[in-house]
Amino acid sequence: MPAREGTYGLLAEFETPGDLVRAARQAHQDGWRRMDCYTPYPVEEAAEAIGFHRNKVPLLTLIGGLLGGGVVFTLQTWISVLAYPINVAGRPTYSWPAFIVPAYEWTILWAGLSAGFGMLALCGLPSLYHPLFNAPNFRDGATTDKFFLCLEALDPKFDLIATRAYLAAFKPTSVVEVDY
Amino acid sequence: MATREIKPGDPGIDPATGEFRVIAPGQTFRSITEKIVRIVLTPHTPMGWFGIFTIAGGGVTMLLVALVWLFLKGVGIWAITQPVAWGFAIINFVWWIGIGHAGTLISAILLLFKQSWRNSISRFAEAMTIFAVMCAALFPVIHIGRPWLGYWLLPLPFTMTVWPQFRSPLMWDTFAVSTYFTISVVFWYIGMVPDLATLRDRSQSKIAQYFYGMLSCGWRGSVRHWMQYETASLLLAGLATPLVLSVHTVISFDFAVAVLPGWHTTIFPPYFVAGAIYSGFAMVLTLAIPLRKFYHLESLVTDRHIDNMGKLMLVTGFIVAYGYGMEAFMAWYSADHWEAFTFWNRAFGPMGWSYWTLITCNLAIPLTTLWSRKLRTNITYMFIISIVVNTGMWFERFVIIVTSLTRDFLPSAWGTYRATKWDYMTFFGTVGFFVFAFLLFVRFLPMIPMNEIRMLLPGAKIKPKAAEAAD
Repeated sequence: MPAREGTYGLLAEFETPGDLVRAARQAHQDGWRRMDCYTPYPVEEAAEAIGFHRNKVPLLTLIGGLLGGGVVFTLQTWISVLAYPINVAGRPTYSWPAFIVPAYEWTILWAGLSAGFGMLALCGLPSLYHPLFNAPNFRDGATTDKFFLCLEALDPKFDLIATRAYLAAFKPTSVVEVDY
Repeated sequence: MATREIKPGDPGIDPATGEFRVIAPGQTFRSITEKIVRIVLTPHTPMGWFGIFTIAGGGVTMLLVALVWLFLKGVGIWAITQPVAWGFAIINFVWWIGIGHAGTLISAILLLFKQSWRNSISRFAEAMTIFAVMCAALFPVIHIGRPWLGYWLLPLPFTMTVWPQFRSPLMWDTFAVSTYFTISVVFWYIGMVPDLATLRDRSQSKIAQYFYGMLSCGWRGSVRHWMQYETASLLLAGLATPLVLSVHTVISFDFAVAVLPGWHTTIFPPYFVAGAIYSGFAMVLTLAIPLRKFYHLESLVTDRHIDNMGKLMLVTGFIVAYGYGMEAFMAWYSADHWEAFTFWNRAFGPMGWSYWTLITCNLAIPLTTLWSRKLRTNITYMFIISIVVNTGMWFERFVIIVTSLTRDFLPSAWGTYRATKWDYMTFFGTVGFFVFAFLLFVRFLPMIPMNEIRMLLPGAKIKPKAAEAAD
């Protein structure tokens, strides 16, 4: 990513989740798109307010699960039939019912790994630096008990002075400018 | 001491439901955060912690001594021989894995059932799972005799082109247990990321900020992230549920697939899973009761939790009782001479004492007394019962493995079993390791999921503007 300078956005702090959701919903209606909310626990209403409805975690999980199960079933078949056939009292080398158990476990294993680490990847994490950590009040509140709305400078509607006044109309505790 | 009459106006009772409250009233986002964060970020480690840590460290040392001697001399230092080739190693393996199951049940199955009371206890129950599975996984590896060849269990491309035998339940075990461990760790870690971010933001020392900053991956609480996180948590819970049921099922296949009387039965998978959850809840109580007392967490781990876990133990205890009953019934109904003898031998043979210990500890004491709400909320009683059930479940595995193996088909092949001091040292050593790891977890990681507790607080409700102004 190229080095950026200047303003990342304006960050408004709210005391309650209700205030945040109302402000976010209004801003989204007014045409804001480059925006995000920051909360100390999942607030579904806030995600809906900013128009975030679907995510790709289930799809990744499905792909991971199918791959895991398919790979290990194929591996077992290859090993038992071709690579190292063992004759156990004349039982068929392709004993697929026995292969289901490891395939079942690996379906879950790869689905779970895809869900967990795929989620982090889709969130763009780990990313140890983020401009918001520069805001003086962000780290004290965002992971404890405060609710934040950030309107980002990349949005075409962004104007430092006008946007600050726009946010102040929602009566937040504070509005601070966040630099890169 | 903590027995409570249910009186109207009791602050511990929610008037809306008549149940114990999940969280004591009067908590805010900040107060619960401070309460949980302080345990980890305090510069003053309690002396009691050091005391228990030292004792547990002694246990770990004993385990290391036992393992070194085992590696030098071989498995002959244990009591295993013909006909009992499984002995303590497999008893402990099954027992420890079973204990882990309650952690997954609390974190996954109760999440899917929207049992929000689970939130306070889910994190340390998951930690318990992970450490229990570590203890469990040690046993098969050291039991194979040449532990340095343990990697032969994995389908790896060796130069000698030898591959594992996938039609054996022991291979299924390898896959089930390793998957269970990995998924438990992932679920636990992913669930902890937002709380690690809280620790990063609340800590004053540079080292702690780096440590928790790295672990929290730069989590900043964006609602876009939260929604994906919630989806991932639900999916992981949905995946862990069939997983946890499959793990003890696969372990029961180790027994059920054999032709040995007393092992060769179809009741084993459900009966093993229920027993696992039964002993797991007992272990959660064994850990939760001292923890809430020691760290003053009574407002977060309330009587409701103890009460509900008592009820769940009652349910799973009865499933286990059904399993015992069905074993006895089938011994008679199958009209199989060997089955009938195995049952008789279990109850009245030379090791009958172990069968009656298990009946007393698993059925007679808990299933008659856990009906009483008064006893279920008596903290001292629940602590004692949790130890009793854990003992009983250990004896269940002892009975299944030892009494079946000592006397099978041919009387000329009968034998006996008497554990050596190395068996005991290894077993109690893993108990020491379990406590050791758990204490480290309690000291350095958030043992109660703060972000999930916040959702339970009244402040998390989103009300229309008018209603909020009226408050």
